[in-house]
Amino acid sequence: MNLDYLSFEQELAKLQDRINGLQESQVGTSVELAKEIKVLEKKRLNLTQQIYAQLTIWQTVQVARHPRRPYTLDYIERLFDDFQELHGDRHFADDPAIVGGIAKFNGRAVMVIGQQKGRTIAEKLHRNFGMPRPEGYRKALRLMLLAEKFKLPIITFIDTPGAYPGIDAEERNQSEAIAKNLWVMAKLATPIITVVIGEGGSGGALAIGVGDRIAMLQYSIYSVISPEGCASILWKDAANAPKAAEAMGVTAPQIAKLGLIDEVLPEPLGGAHAAPIAATGVVKDYLAQQLALLTKIPLKTLLTQRYQRLMQFGLS
Amino acid sequence: MSWLKKLLPGKLKTTLTGNRKSVPEGLWSKCQACLTVLYHTELTQNCNVCPKCQHHHRISGRARLNWLFESSIWQEVGLEVKPMDRLKFKDSKRYKDRLLDAQNSTGETESLIVGRGLLESKVVVAAAFEFQFMGGSMGAVLGEKFVQGVNAAIAAKAPFLCFTSSGGARMQEGLISLMQMAKTSAALAQLAEHNLPFISILTDPTMGGVSASLAMLGDIILAEPNALIGFAGPRVIEQTVRQKLPEGFQRSEFLLSHGAIDAIVDRRSLRAYLSNVLDKLTS
Repeated sequence: MNLDYLSFEQELAKLQDRINGLQESQVGTSVELAKEIKVLEKKRLNLTQQIYAQLTIWQTVQVARHPRRPYTLDYIERLFDDFQELHGDRHFADDPAIVGGIAKFNGRAVMVIGQQKGRTIAEKLHRNFGMPRPEGYRKALRLMLLAEKFKLPIITFIDTPGAYPGIDAEERNQSEAIAKNLWVMAKLATPIITVVIGEGGSGGALAIGVGDRIAMLQYSIYSVISPEGCASILWKDAANAPKAAEAMGVTAPQIAKLGLIDEVLPEPLGGAHAAPIAATGVVKDYLAQQLALLTKIPLKTLLTQRYQRLMQFGLS
Repeated sequence: MSWLKKLLPGKLKTTLTGNRKSVPEGLWSKCQACLTVLYHTELTQNCNVCPKCQHHHRISGRARLNWLFESSIWQEVGLEVKPMDRLKFKDSKRYKDRLLDAQNSTGETESLIVGRGLLESKVVVAAAFEFQFMGGSMGAVLGEKFVQGVNAAIAAKAPFLCFTSSGGARMQEGLISLMQMAKTSAALAQLAEHNLPFISILTDPTMGGVSASLAMLGDIILAEPNALIGFAGPRVIEQTVRQKLPEGFQRSEFLLSHGAIDAIVDRRSLRAYLSNVLDKLTS
């Protein structure tokens, strides 16, 4: 079992290993080798197409949580110039599960904020698996108010299993931190664009997710409670998470159908992790297009439209 | 077994231990906290607070509004908003059937009741959660009724009050229920622009998505004694951090000492307290 691949991707891992092996080997003529590699790559492509054409909802959940899926900082690095990270909530601490700062996007200054997961064990612990604490939301709030003051559009990336269910998080009033962000974002006088890049976990995701445009990457998910949490409450067993995911409708196309997001951004073949640069390109095009549109709308109109959009959630 | 139960004939025993709703008026009630057996009327006349141990029993949303408006005539807001099942959700039971069951057992159409009435001769709009209706969970209808309540307050230039009692968002409505957090919070931001007060009264329990949106956005946030209030449920936290939760964790008194709420108010003096606060804020 190759841990860099999901269980249903293991055949792809084997093919990739063989291709890598051939590329490194010195046996045979280079023409024969190139031919064999080409055959294997064709095979890998076909298999990828096959797997991803019939991805189940539960497999999509797994792809959204893929260990190699690009995270917020990966997008920031590839999409923006001169990113300057700004730390801390000025009250208690800096929460590494939410990153934020000012950067240039196509030459325009913007504020960018997102939840950040870790890749190695040490990073995962440092980032608390992408589960923010109250100071994370308060840092985000501080940065959003800063953006409003200096007229910077805000771009947020959502990728979190959810808010951190810890004693300390409750002691520092996690509920208030999330609620306050929702309250402020509803009226914040600057354009806000949100992209769900991986996991949109509940209130922890929404706390940076109220905006003028919301897009989801094709294999990302967004849900009111984790499928595991829903399963353990309604089915009395977390093992029923696949059933819960299906019932709640957590995938991008399902959520688009409910009218809760504006766009499903197509991912490259095999998912964003298979071709991170291509995935970044899709996000970049979307942001460029929407920024151009939103910055032309007078602020008062923008805020009215945002409010109307919020009011029709669940009605249409 | 209590002495009373031993004395009671078999049939009556089952009524007492079974569905509390089936206990006829005027019979006995048992305090859920200290287990003292009380006259039912004694308890209701005391705002459903146990006279022995002061435990605040949960009361229905409609009873709450009747109590607030002192049984004077009040107009219900948002009655025409009816539940819908957008996802055709089904676990061990269909969501549609769960809704029907809840409607039959509570006599309410949804988990929030909103009314416009008089509090000490001043117009206020108040919303009260019905916990018996699917755990007071927040879905699209609750969100819409809440917003209509806020709009009614704006139209009447009146304060808005909310009594929460909820397990959180309604999973059976998927992401629609999460978005009600954003919707209700936005409406409260709109209320604030009109400089109208929002008083949030947290009653047992106020959890999850309800806690992390409308409940924590009060200009004044009050709580009834010993109410469970928080975002994550205590069991989830215990499983995550694998340590014992501190005594009184996520109770009103814990929130007060951590600076999260303005005051804890006994239900029997709550109406006077509210009227007093509003008198100062709207003078």
